[in-house]
Amino acid sequence: MAQSQKLIANSQQLISMAYDKFTILKSTAVPLPIENVDTDQIIPARFLKATKREGFGDNLFRDWRYNGNDTPKTDFVLNNPIYSGKILVGGRNFGSGSSREHAAWAIYDYGFRCVVSSFFADIFKGNSLNIGILPVQVSEEFLDKIFQAIEADPNAELEVDLPEQTITIVGSAESEKFDINGYKKHNMINGFDDIDYLQAMKSDITEFEAQRLY
Amino acid sequence: MSNQASTLFDKVWDAHVVRKIEDGPDVFFIDRHFIHEVTSPVAFLGLESRNVGVIYPNRTFATADHNTPTINQHLPVQDPLSAKQLDALESNSAKYGISHWGLGNVKNGIVHVVGPENGITLPGMTIVCGDSHTSTHGAFGAIAFGIGTSEVEMVLSSQCIMQPKPKKMRVNVNGKLGKAVTPKDVTLYIISKLTTAGATGYFVEYAGDVFENMSMEGRMTVCNMSIEMGARGGMIAPDQTTFDYIEGREQAPKGEKWDTALAYWKTLKTDADAVFDKEYTFNAEDIEPMITYGTNPGMGQGISRNIPTSEQVEGGKATYDKSLNYMGFHENESMLGKKIDYVFIGSCTNGRIEDFRAFASIVKGRKKADNVTAWVVPGSHIVEAQIKEEGILDILTEAGFELRQPGCSACLAMNDDKIPAGKYAVSTSNRNFEGRQGPGARTLLASPLVAAAAAVTGVVTDPRDLL
Repeated sequence: MAQSQKLIANSQQLISMAYDKFTILKSTAVPLPIENVDTDQIIPARFLKATKREGFGDNLFRDWRYNGNDTPKTDFVLNNPIYSGKILVGGRNFGSGSSREHAAWAIYDYGFRCVVSSFFADIFKGNSLNIGILPVQVSEEFLDKIFQAIEADPNAELEVDLPEQTITIVGSAESEKFDINGYKKHNMINGFDDIDYLQAMKSDITEFEAQRLY
Repeated sequence: MSNQASTLFDKVWDAHVVRKIEDGPDVFFIDRHFIHEVTSPVAFLGLESRNVGVIYPNRTFATADHNTPTINQHLPVQDPLSAKQLDALESNSAKYGISHWGLGNVKNGIVHVVGPENGITLPGMTIVCGDSHTSTHGAFGAIAFGIGTSEVEMVLSSQCIMQPKPKKMRVNVNGKLGKAVTPKDVTLYIISKLTTAGATGYFVEYAGDVFENMSMEGRMTVCNMSIEMGARGGMIAPDQTTFDYIEGREQAPKGEKWDTALAYWKTLKTDADAVFDKEYTFNAEDIEPMITYGTNPGMGQGISRNIPTSEQVEGGKATYDKSLNYMGFHENESMLGKKIDYVFIGSCTNGRIEDFRAFASIVKGRKKADNVTAWVVPGSHIVEAQIKEEGILDILTEAGFELRQPGCSACLAMNDDKIPAGKYAVSTSNRNFEGRQGPGARTLLASPLVAAAAAVTGVVTDPRDLL
């Protein structure tokens, strides 16, 4: 960690990212107790026709949220006003399928800053971290506790503390630690960007490229 | 971990690390970056807003595939959003000096078909693209995987990506494949055993007789589907089959460069005593022609079997019931004889010449069933030309099938090739998620042989009965 901090501090080309810094988030949560939520559900392919990152929040879970005639499906959680918040809680294997970063954009643009599950698909997890959404992986047992807490009280709050790497069900004070790569953690806390880091080491890269076989 | 015994994956990965970050990802160099019209426009906008250019345009290759129509490609694209993305790809490529194969270009086609067929994909390379089926190129002994738009921007600006090294898995399949059992069936079988999350966090190497005896196109089909069990990517060690495929292709090394490359490629195999984090072994004889019955690629089984009950599968009952309900299927039903409406042969999974030869082998002398709408979509213009040269087009026409033009087409239905709600499609593509091929569409994933059998009978049919 010290190495990357030094490099970033020394970089004169450092620009802050467009996403918010993430330290401690205390919020109510929206429960989606469905397993294997894939990226085609999060953002159907017909919405990938964008040349700008706009309007993705409106199309989050589009086909689960709206009927063919654009009327809201009353039984879908995002249409239920008792649930709200900056945290989305999903069943295991959240984000499976396509590499579309648009899925993470849709979640971010809707207003979520954190997704909690017992298991995340890899590409989705990487995309989330790259744009400022914190994926928090908890045990199956703790995930159940969270779902139960929200079911008992839709206003139940969760507190996600990134520096401490803990997630707490505020009402019962139960908490669990979560893992996060040290480099990504540092970036998210400071709003730093991988691209700036890489620009700062450009001479190392060109030197490496010069000796490639093809 | 021993320094002496390393895997194919280790050898290629370690050779591309520019810098290791303490408690962080590796800075990983990318040899080849493929881009297409859907995941690149916003990345280029990002470059502009940072006032940063494309560092190595000659390592970047653009093709238009996801959004393109598969008929009348000579006419202006009807959908204004698609047209805008295609224009953005063209103008961005021109601006930065990136090779671009747009609609109408003789080399145009699906990105994971055109890379290998033009000799751009080579063993020992690292290859990325803003598309999860980039794993296809692993068939050549390359490390290839899908990336998101921010990473596309990262690779354009620095030719590097920040990536923690995944864990390693090996999947062995030994023995001899039975009649009508194809590489597509092999991969569907493996995924049905591991499930859609079974390889998450791992990079997979496929090994064993079955892969050694498999053609390059078959290896591409298998590596393509690695992502469907959650793997970062999949790869197969290069061998004489690989070298023979590559030799002479347009962008393959020639002369002295070929000799140097070949000598390096021959070192690219897993050491005998290397250890994997996880390993599986399967028997070829256990694999039947496969078909999926549910809403993820792991929900598949031998075509002669009945749909399982929720107790027989992994995962919760509620999720399983939702899936069967979406498909209009029930526990214990037979798949054979189920009426279908559409057949799609194509995609980066099965859109190559061997797939069309297989399809033709069943439809020859037969007729397309009246209740079936068929979309026959070649993976590229080069494949299209081969279909014509080999007389396959004549066989298709005689049987009542039309050949369309290259593109991703009904795989993800971003263009007009959409399956209507409630209709059943036997598809040689890679995903059967809810609504993948159109809102409410019901996808049955299968091999070109199973697709052909369904196309001529109008129902789910075991291809072994027709051969």
